Amino acid sequence: MLTKRIIPCLDVKDGRVVKGVQFRNHRDMGDILEHAQRYAEEGADELVFYDITASSDGRVVDKEWVRKVARVIDIPFCVAGGIRNIEDARKILNDGADKISVNSPALESPGFITQLAHAFGTQCVVVGIDSLHENGHYIVHQYTGDEEKTIKTSRGTMVWAKRVQELGAGEIVLNCMNQDGVKKGYDIEQLQAIRDVITIPVIASGGAGKEEHFSDVFVRTGVDGALAASVFHTRQIHIADLKEYLRVRNIQVRL
Amino acid sequence: MIAVIDSCGSNITSVLFALQRLGVEATLTSNPDEIQKAERVILPGVGAASTAMEKLKEQDLTQCITSLTQPVLGICVGMQLLFSYSEEGFAELLNIIPGEIKHFTPEKDKTIPHMGWNSVTFRNDHPLVKGLPDNSYFYFVHSYYPHVGSYTIGECNYGDRFSAIVAKDNFMGCQFHPERSSKSGSMILKNFLEMPA
Repeated sequence: MLTKRIIPCLDVKDGRVVKGVQFRNHRDMGDILEHAQRYAEEGADELVFYDITASSDGRVVDKEWVRKVARVIDIPFCVAGGIRNIEDARKILNDGADKISVNSPALESPGFITQLAHAFGTQCVVVGIDSLHENGHYIVHQYTGDEEKTIKTSRGTMVWAKRVQELGAGEIVLNCMNQDGVKKGYDIEQLQAIRDVITIPVIASGGAGKEEHFSDVFVRTGVDGALAASVFHTRQIHIADLKEYLRVRNIQVRL
Repeated sequence: MIAVIDSCGSNITSVLFALQRLGVEATLTSNPDEIQKAERVILPGVGAASTAMEKLKEQDLTQCITSLTQPVLGICVGMQLLFSYSEEGFAELLNIIPGEIKHFTPEKDKTIPHMGWNSVTFRNDHPLVKGLPDNSYFYFVHSYYPHVGSYTIGECNYGDRFSAIVAKDNFMGCQFHPERSSKSGSMILKNFLEMPA
């Protein structure tokens, strides 16, 4: 049976793992390779490497790091940050990434998703969506890596999610911005809503604070995976323990 | 020498890194002579089977691959290429293993692509799966699947039953990505590297 995926995310800035709260005030969380290796060994199902300021700084994710991480881990590896043309994507895949995730550049030019899918296959293309819940509406935000450059777009989250699926995305990571870093649990309502409108896999992101939040999101929404960062970096939650916790609650996980 | 065919796989670097972790420096090549002389050959692949097939034809490699007698391992689309025909792009494939590649049947609550870790049950004790417990987990990413037939070594179920591992003579293939399937994946690669040529 297909298992639910537990996905640690390395938010990287200046060659270090960092973590902010609601996409602000980033603080240092340690060494990239140490984290990557530890997660692969602890049973993570995938690793996301996200150069958070690449897009807002107008550059591409640091490739040297992609190679270093890809070399040591034996689990799927998704890379995000400032990938804005086919050549950027090709280089990152050649450096050992298995999937590439695009966010701001897809909003600038939605056709880019289709180009990527044609060049590398749908399964390779992940679209990240940063969504903020405001006055009863879910609105997509852009350039969220840098709070001064973050802008609110005119796109509704659900409409955009359907659109990226049509354009050829193979998976969506939904970052629920209200929940990010506050550890109060995933945005169940929003994740249910997106699950209902699309058929490609959805990864929940933003809000994990304790083990219960993971079981909640898997039981109450149909998401395929749950992504988290700081709870894993600080060792507040150990991935092997979390999977055991989920297994006894009849949630299918890879042990 | 282990040859990794430089075709259309965006997973090539991952495959090379996985082999390095097992202490093997493989040669990335699309040269038919070099491929023929290799002790073992790996055919990686990601993307559409039709595109991959076109690429092999452009490089004049189809004849070379079908005539190989040393152990050959196809990965993901590289495995699909061993079959006769794919619905994806309506492509004629290498036709080493009879059977076709079909699209997953859409169902409610079944996300496509089939992406993530799924368990594989083994049908026999082929050397490629030596030492692996039944229902081992592997990492899959695909929307098309190879049918189950007499060459199936490992079977997986995602609404549709499909071949996760196949073998016919010296040709083997896995639909999942052993290079990204943790310990069970590296066991497959290790078995492939160690089996008698």
